[in-house]
Amino acid sequence: MSLTNLAKLEAESIHIFREVVAECENPVLLYSIGKDSAVLLHLAMKAFHPSKLPFPVLHVDTTWKFKEMIEFRDRMAAELNLKLIVHTNKEGVEQDIGPFSHGSAKYTDIMKTQALKQALDKYKFDAAFGGARRDEEKSRSKERVFSFRNGSHRWDPKNQRPEMWSIYNGRINKGESIRVFPLSNWTEADIWQYIYQEGIPIVPLYFAQERPVVERDGMLIMVDDDRMPLESGEKPELKRVRFRTLGCYPLTGAIESEADSLPDIIQETILAKTSERQGRVIDQDSTASMEKKKLEGYF
Amino acid sequence: MDDVVAPMELEQFIETQENKSLLRFITCGSVDDGKSTLIGRLLYDSQQIYDDQLASLEIDSKKVGTQGSEIDFALLVDGLSAEREQGITIDVAYRYFSTEGRKYIVADTPGHEQYTRNMATGASTADLAVILIDARKGVLTQTRRHSYIVSLLGVKNIILAINKMDLVAYSEEVFKSIEADYRSFADRIGLSDFCAIPISALAGDNIFDAGDNTAWYQGPTLMQQLETVEVTADEAAAAFRFPVQWVNRPNLDFRGFSGTVTSGQIKPGDAIAVLPSGVTSKVKNISTYDGDLDQASAGQAVTLVLHDEIDISRGDVLAAANDRPEVTDQFMAHLLWMADEPMLPSRPYMLKTANKSVSATVTALKHKIDVNTLAHDAGSSLELNELGVCNLFLGEPIAFDAFADNKQMGSFILIDGLTNNTIAMGMIDFGLRRADNIHWQPININKSARARIKDQSPAVLWFTGLSGSGKSTIADIVEQRLYARRNHTIILDGDNVRHGLNKDLGFTDTDRVENIRRIAETSKLMVDAGLMVLVSFISPFRAERRLARELMEEGEFVEIFINASLEVCADRDPKGLYEKAKKGEIKNFTGIDSPYENPEQAEIIIDSANLTPDKAADQIMLYLEENGYLSELDYQI
Repeated sequence: MSLTNLAKLEAESIHIFREVVAECENPVLLYSIGKDSAVLLHLAMKAFHPSKLPFPVLHVDTTWKFKEMIEFRDRMAAELNLKLIVHTNKEGVEQDIGPFSHGSAKYTDIMKTQALKQALDKYKFDAAFGGARRDEEKSRSKERVFSFRNGSHRWDPKNQRPEMWSIYNGRINKGESIRVFPLSNWTEADIWQYIYQEGIPIVPLYFAQERPVVERDGMLIMVDDDRMPLESGEKPELKRVRFRTLGCYPLTGAIESEADSLPDIIQETILAKTSERQGRVIDQDSTASMEKKKLEGYF
Repeated sequence: MDDVVAPMELEQFIETQENKSLLRFITCGSVDDGKSTLIGRLLYDSQQIYDDQLASLEIDSKKVGTQGSEIDFALLVDGLSAEREQGITIDVAYRYFSTEGRKYIVADTPGHEQYTRNMATGASTADLAVILIDARKGVLTQTRRHSYIVSLLGVKNIILAINKMDLVAYSEEVFKSIEADYRSFADRIGLSDFCAIPISALAGDNIFDAGDNTAWYQGPTLMQQLETVEVTADEAAAAFRFPVQWVNRPNLDFRGFSGTVTSGQIKPGDAIAVLPSGVTSKVKNISTYDGDLDQASAGQAVTLVLHDEIDISRGDVLAAANDRPEVTDQFMAHLLWMADEPMLPSRPYMLKTANKSVSATVTALKHKIDVNTLAHDAGSSLELNELGVCNLFLGEPIAFDAFADNKQMGSFILIDGLTNNTIAMGMIDFGLRRADNIHWQPININKSARARIKDQSPAVLWFTGLSGSGKSTIADIVEQRLYARRNHTIILDGDNVRHGLNKDLGFTDTDRVENIRRIAETSKLMVDAGLMVLVSFISPFRAERRLARELMEEGEFVEIFINASLEVCADRDPKGLYEKAKKGEIKNFTGIDSPYENPEQAEIIIDSANLTPDKAADQIMLYLEENGYLSELDYQI
């Protein structure tokens, strides 16, 4: 009997996790609290069972995440007995860098990309697991499972190492690192089906519920705390919304939806007419914005 | 929502989604054969393009597209800015779409020869290959190159998509002629079982629907073929193989071996052998996060616990006890070279299999393969994108199966030890230690191979000079120094040659020449054996020393002139020979009544009148070191 699509994807991801742990000295799992991270973490637990997770979990906290995300993060860390590292760019906080005051591009660079690089350098991680999928975005569709980064964390998309079969090359010199993407071949629909099949806990923000939102530049932004400056005429409205993707609340658009259960979400996802990353302000700055960010060391 | 379906239907819907099968395929062929357009078309027709993507595609099509005001599907799949600017595909892009029954992963591979390694990356994980041909151009070099690589990688399902039929007026004749042309090549590389389909990726003919333009074609459309093709699971039927990835030892009570079953299946109680050690045991249980399993088969990632406490680590392979892989440290393999730096025999590389990294050298490039003509060309190295058949020698043995029998057990990559780049992919043909392959060995083992296992550069150190000049004393010290560095040496001098091999020779000029000729030939044999040969003979004539020099290869002959005047030597006279010669008791004594011709091109000249033998040896060792005869690493013993 041949394996189903999900069974094959699961086995491939587990193989990738084990390969990294066997070959790299100091790996880390980048945990962004979203649905992909939830699946990533679940697969990691499976890969090493009955051993504990043989690496720490790193959350780069921009201080602008949804409150429910942080609660969920701490709950998961306690339940799964994770070694959780939370890193925030202190200089960024001291300079009060925020998405409203500094614009999404600058804010993302300082509080996400720079913060991530700081954390990777600080703990000298030689491999970092990320939950990126190739179906998400054009430049990601080109990326290897083992994605080599030089000493400055830069990606060289024109000169990637060939990647044959499931033989991954994780060899690096001092200071270099590998970003590893066990979910490379998963699609958004696969993720939701797997969450449903496995009963994986996810942040409640993914389910439709009445939430206070304002419409800004064609996106529904949730007013998660009082740091959000309302423009004249803007008044938070209670709407039944959910999120297809989660990031920093000022940069993440909600969609109006009635889907408050996983089967509903799966159905909505399969019938969806827009891609999930459309809800991300940071991807829309320019055509090649993700490629540019990735070159600079973003995931 | 309006389109909410009833709960029962929803459950069924989700179950269908969960039970989809997976088909991975590549699109390949020459540049501009329309690969990207085809994938864009597949995504578009399978409605995998979202509204926001379509909106940006429409904008991009007008801005940089090649189809006028029409949608340029190719823009959907060229991801990088650099690629969009140049209008070419550099690296493989993976795309995803699904139908009712199947999920598809498409690897859109680059057509330029320069990026063959990226094409191979996409092909290595594919179950099926769609080989595109531009109907106007027919079979091109890249069509053949990609077909050859596809066949080499063991992809058995082939669709020959003859594209741009709209530009040849949907001519059946053109289609048939290209199909026949391709068949004549495909037959020679074992791809005879392919399905040829006339398509137009741009217009959509025979992609999802047949359309009206090719009424003469009765076969399946591209999608019909993709939907129904049987993805043969050869792996499930093959013998059980389980490369150990990671030893899972959470506490003293549990010791399991984590990995993915690459072929066959396994149940608790089954007998297994551990390779390379050959130790056997039985499976106790198959552990997973979701509980113990009754059985695991090819493709599943599990953790095996065995009955016996045996030493197993990453790199070992667990296999069916009654059907084991081979174990070898030498094999023949096909290599595709993927680095700018050429492959050089004897250069050390790192070889990585499914779960093991070992050092490796290519001992012989048997031949290169011209992908266009399939001719076997002689060569001494492989350049970027060249294919060849090589013998490899490993630092330690590995367990393997031939690639033809088991892809995952027969594949490897080569890694450059300095840059860590992946520089080649390899497919093992067979091991070289088996009795039936013994005939390979005499061809493969040559001077450099023999020298390599001794880790040295073979050479002749030819000490010449008058009797009493100090040749043997200095040669002895040099040999001791070399020995201390673990070099393999031999001294040829009067003691071991004149008394045996050359005991029939006297001291006439003729005999002296024959004496040196035999010593030179013997030295050559010993250099072929990989040794450092120290020859210590008066060897008074330039011609014979030149003869010896010319027998060796460039750089192998080091002439060392131990220079001391006749007076100094006669004064030393350690054996009292000069005394006897002067009295006429010895005839033809060099320097007395037979000439000594000073060397004109000696590599080293030792002023033995003013140097102690130790200092003389220092000078020789320095020369050897500076000229690459000694490996630096071994100096500290």
